Amino acid sequence: MNPIYSRRRRKDFVIRGLCMAAAAFGVTWLALILITLLYNGIAGLNLEIFVADTPPPGSTEGGLRNAIVGSIIMTVLGVGIGAPLGLFAGTYLAEYGRNDKLTSVIRFINDILLSAPSIIIGLFIYGAVVVPMRGFSAIAGSLALAVIVIPVVLRTTEDMLLLVPNALREAASALGLPRSLVIKRIAYRAARSGLITGVLLATARVAGETAPLLFTALSNQFFSLGLNKTMANLPVTINNFVQSPYAYWKQLAWSGALLITITVLALNIGARILGAERTAK
Amino acid sequence: MSELSVSMSAAGGLPQAPVLPEAPAKVTVRNLNFYYGEHHALKNINLTLGANRVTAFIGPSGCGKSTLLRIFNRMYDLYPGQRATGQLMLDQTNILDGKLDLNLLRARVGMVFQKPTPFPMTIYENIAFGIRLYEKISKSEMDDRVEKALRGGALWNEVKDKLNASGLSLSGGQQQRLCIARTVAVRPEVILFDEPCSALDPISTAKVEELIQELSENYTIAIVTHNMQQAARVSDKTAFMYLGELIEFDDTSKIFTSPSDRRTQDYITGRFG
Repeated sequence: MNPIYSRRRRKDFVIRGLCMAAAAFGVTWLALILITLLYNGIAGLNLEIFVADTPPPGSTEGGLRNAIVGSIIMTVLGVGIGAPLGLFAGTYLAEYGRNDKLTSVIRFINDILLSAPSIIIGLFIYGAVVVPMRGFSAIAGSLALAVIVIPVVLRTTEDMLLLVPNALREAASALGLPRSLVIKRIAYRAARSGLITGVLLATARVAGETAPLLFTALSNQFFSLGLNKTMANLPVTINNFVQSPYAYWKQLAWSGALLITITVLALNIGARILGAERTAK
Repeated sequence: MSELSVSMSAAGGLPQAPVLPEAPAKVTVRNLNFYYGEHHALKNINLTLGANRVTAFIGPSGCGKSTLLRIFNRMYDLYPGQRATGQLMLDQTNILDGKLDLNLLRARVGMVFQKPTPFPMTIYENIAFGIRLYEKISKSEMDDRVEKALRGGALWNEVKDKLNASGLSLSGGQQQRLCIARTVAVRPEVILFDEPCSALDPISTAKVEELIQELSENYTIAIVTHNMQQAARVSDKTAFMYLGELIEFDDTSKIFTSPSDRRTQDYITGRFG
């Protein structure tokens, strides 16, 4: 065999081995985390978790109902506030402001926001909302989550709209569609699954955020639907319970963590399925 | 007999079509200049598109033929820094008028692009969508209009059983005919074709060419093409452009048999371009 060729084959063999080892190393830790979570969390996963509220210290009864409901409320509100803002801003960047200087400035700032530590965003909302309102509240928590949602949705919206071929926009304009309808009826439609994917991924991202809720929504031992009061939520409850000395609380924390993980996994799989639909077309 | 003459002309690559009498002008271009920023892309263009005639634009890449086509429906307005001067009349309407409603202009001047661009919706909706922009009609009327448009695009027989399938599921040639049907559906007066066959196979090309000739009975047509045989086959008049100038504009048969400009002759005989 040609020596140059056989040397190249050996090199290829070694490099491929290293790549696979690196991939296996990464996946192993992820698998270990998931297995541990499943092992510890599944034991406490029963109906009581969904119907009973968080227990007082020392009690061996109770569930996570208030935290689950609180998490759902604040996530829905956060995404409900943040996603439209992100969608509109992303639409501006991709459709209207393509040639503006402002666009690159906005994109740069958005990238900073995208990588900002979430605790900083929590602090910002603490200063901007909690202090003036003189108290922790669910609405402050939702706003903190919204601030995290905006850059994620903005980025995916812009990327997905930029993938829509310009020929399609020209064809729609050539038919006499005004700009707004070209965007609404053609560009959004062509990018639809990508846009939904972006919102789902943002939802998954904020569903597990602890830091921005720590000093905005705080937590609440009791069931509450009031938006101007503190509200229980899964991430902070997990954070508190895990640090407690009570075995039952620790068990609840594991189960809560498992619940969040399952939710995030489901959202990610949903986003993947939608994304695959897009590329299949 | 007529089929025979068509196949003979195709084999010889020379047009045999009879020279039609001069048609009244549908679009009149006077002293038209066009600029991409500082770049002077079209220089002093003068010509007319005859009503219900097919006018072909040929010339090497970058000669400005697509640029010219995109002025007829003010497509260039989508992009900043592009401007046109001179006069461009569609009947009594000044196309270059800054106050002109562009959407109404584009309803009168339709366009078919190089790459098929079906909208991401069903075949039926691809057609109905454009009609709904201008007319409010009942479901049954809409069904009629969609069928008529698809027949007009020579596509009806192939898609009548799958009107609810995605427009993207069609083959390239079918997609292009869907785009033609979509353009015809809104009842324009002029249809612009920007290299409509360059992404199609020979059989689809033949179908689209046949369609263009049929459409010229009811519409004024301008077509940009890289394919000189195509220009010879489908058009009544041909404009040869080079480096942003209109070199020669005459009956197609004259351009391809006895061009009066040396550059036209060099181009059609394949010496450059």
